[in-house]
Amino acid sequence: MLPYLLWALLFIIVPILLIIYYSLCVETDSGLVFSLQNYSRVFQPIYLRIMWRSVALAFMCTLFCLVMGYPVAYIMASKEYARKGFLLFLFLVPMWMNFLLRTYSWLTILERNGIINSVLSVFGLPNIDLLYNEEAVILGMIYNFLPFMILPIYTVLKKMDQSVIEAAQDLGADSRTVFLRVTVPLSMPGVISGVTMVFMPAVTTFIVSDLLGGAQFMLIGNLIEQQFLKIRDWNFGSAVSVILMTLIIASVAIFSMVDKDSEGGALF
Amino acid sequence: MKILRVLAPALVLAVLLSGCTGGGDDQVTLNVYNWGEYIDEDILATFTEETGIAVNYDTYATNEDMYAKLKSGGVSYDIAIPSDYMVQRMIDEDMLETLDPDNIPNLQYIFGWLKELEYDPGCVYSVPYMWGTLGILYNTDLVDDPVDSWNILWDEKYSGQIFMYNSQRDSFAVALKKLGYSLNTRDLTELEAAKAELILQAPLVRAYLGDTVRDSMIGNEAALAVVYSGDAIYCIENNPALAYAVPREGSNVWCDAVVIPKGSLHKAEAEKFIDFLCRTDISLKNTEYIGYSTVNTQTFDLLPAEMREDPAYWPGEDIFRICEVFVDLGSFLKEYDRAWTEVLASK
Repeated sequence: MLPYLLWALLFIIVPILLIIYYSLCVETDSGLVFSLQNYSRVFQPIYLRIMWRSVALAFMCTLFCLVMGYPVAYIMASKEYARKGFLLFLFLVPMWMNFLLRTYSWLTILERNGIINSVLSVFGLPNIDLLYNEEAVILGMIYNFLPFMILPIYTVLKKMDQSVIEAAQDLGADSRTVFLRVTVPLSMPGVISGVTMVFMPAVTTFIVSDLLGGAQFMLIGNLIEQQFLKIRDWNFGSAVSVILMTLIIASVAIFSMVDKDSEGGALF
Repeated sequence: MKILRVLAPALVLAVLLSGCTGGGDDQVTLNVYNWGEYIDEDILATFTEETGIAVNYDTYATNEDMYAKLKSGGVSYDIAIPSDYMVQRMIDEDMLETLDPDNIPNLQYIFGWLKELEYDPGCVYSVPYMWGTLGILYNTDLVDDPVDSWNILWDEKYSGQIFMYNSQRDSFAVALKKLGYSLNTRDLTELEAAKAELILQAPLVRAYLGDTVRDSMIGNEAALAVVYSGDAIYCIENNPALAYAVPREGSNVWCDAVVIPKGSLHKAEAEKFIDFLCRTDISLKNTEYIGYSTVNTQTFDLLPAEMREDPAYWPGEDIFRICEVFVDLGSFLKEYDRAWTEVLASK
C-alpha cells in the first residue's frame, strides 16, 4: 500500500496541486501574486470558442466511435462468430505502431496527390480536398481512438451471463426486446468506460488537429501546449488545464450518474 | 515563491531523469544536446579519437523543448545549440557560461558580421554554428508570376495553394515585413495591423504546417510555402520544380549558436569541442551534411561553386541589410500569442 500511496502522491497529487497553485497566481515584477485573473481570461469569448470547438469535435468523435464500435463489439462477442480472434487482432495491430506514425500515414492517404485522389483520377473523377478540414480531424481521432471504444464493450459483452438472455427468450421476448432490455442495459458499464476512454483523449488532443487540420483549428490541447512551450505563461496554461480537468471529471460524473444502477466496471 | 517555481518541477523531474553525468572512470564524457540530424555524427567519433574525450549525444526537436529540459534543472549538459532568440533568453536568465576566446582560437574563421548579431554581440556566450533565412518556396510548374514579394501570399489566384509555417513568430514576421515593420516590433498598432493582414490571408491558406511541409511541397501539394532556407535546400534536391526566394521587403535571418549551459561540469572540454566545430575541415563536413549555410570564411571558399551561387544556400551577406534576427520579446510575446489566437479563431 505504501509504495502505491507514494507513487500516487508524487506523480498524481503533487503535480495536480502544483497546477492548481500556478493557475491561481500571476507573475509580476515582485514574484508570483495570488489572482483570479487567469480564470477570468479563460472565460473570454475567444477561449470559450476554442473550448466549445474541442468539446464539439470530441463529442462527434465519441458518438461515431460508439455507433461504429458497439456493433463490432457485439459481433465479436457473439457465440456464432468464429473469427473473433482474428478480428480482435486486426483492431490491435495498428496500436503496436506509434500514434504519430499512424496519423502521418493518413496524410499520404488524404493528400491532393494522395492514394484516394490518385484512384479518383484513374477513373477520370475530379480531385477532392480531404485534408486540413474539421472532417479530417474527426476522422483522425476516430481512427486512433476506436479500439478504446470496442475493447471495453467487448469485454463486458463477452463476460455477460448467457443464461440471462436464454431466460428472457424463454419468457417470450423477441430478439429485439432481448437486445434492448437485456443486452444493452447489461453492457452499459462497458459503454461508459468506452465513452470516457474515447472522449478524454479526443478532447485533449493537439497532434491530430496540427497534422490533419493543418493547425487551423485551435483546440484546448493546442492552447495549453502553446502556453507552456511557446509563451511561457505557465499560469494561464495551468488555469486552462484546471478547467479542462474539471470538464472531464464533470462529464465522467454525469456518465456515471446515468449508470449508477449497474454494477462494477465504471470508473466512479 | 520563485524558489518553489524552480524547485518543484525539478523535484518531480529529478526522479524521472537520472542525471546524465559521465561514467565513473577517468575519461571525461561531454554531454552534447543538439537538434535531431543537426551534426555529421562521424565528427563526434573524430573528436573522441583526437582528444580522448567521449561524447554522449542527445537530441531535441524544438528550442522550447531544450529550454524546458535545461530549466527543469534535472540534467547537466556541456553543449547545447539554441537559436538566436533562445540564446538571448538564456543569457537574460543567467543560464549560460561565458566563453574564453583564448580557448577557441578557431573563432577567427567565423564571419565578422555573424559575431555581431543583436542577441550576443562579440560572442561572449555563444559561437555561431549555422545560419539561414526565412523565405518562400514555390513550385515553378504552378506559379508563373515572379516571386519576389510577400504580397504573392495574399494573391487570391493562389487560394488554397498556400502553406504557412505553424509558428506565431514566423507568421507575424511575414505580415510585419509585408507592411514594412520590424519583425521584432513591440508596437501594438503595428501588431494589430499585421494581425488584420493575417486574418485577411487566412481564407487563402490551405494549412499552417510544421515539418510536414517538406514532404507536402516535394509531393506538389501546394504552389507556395513559407519555409526556412535549410528546408528549402532539402526540398529542391528532391523536387527540381521547386525554387526558393527571399522577398525584397526583407525577412528573418536566423543563426543557431553553440553555448555552454550553466551547470556544465566540463567547461574546458566543452570549449575544446566548440573550437573543434569551428575548425575548417570539420565545419566543411558539417555544412555539406546538414545543408545549412556555413559560418566559416575558409569553409565558404572551399565550397563548390553551385553551392556558393545558390540563393537558398548563400543569399549573400548583403541580406543582413534587409533582414533581421529574432529578438526575444519577453512579456510582450503574450500580445503576439493573443493576436495569433485571434487569427486562428477567425477561421
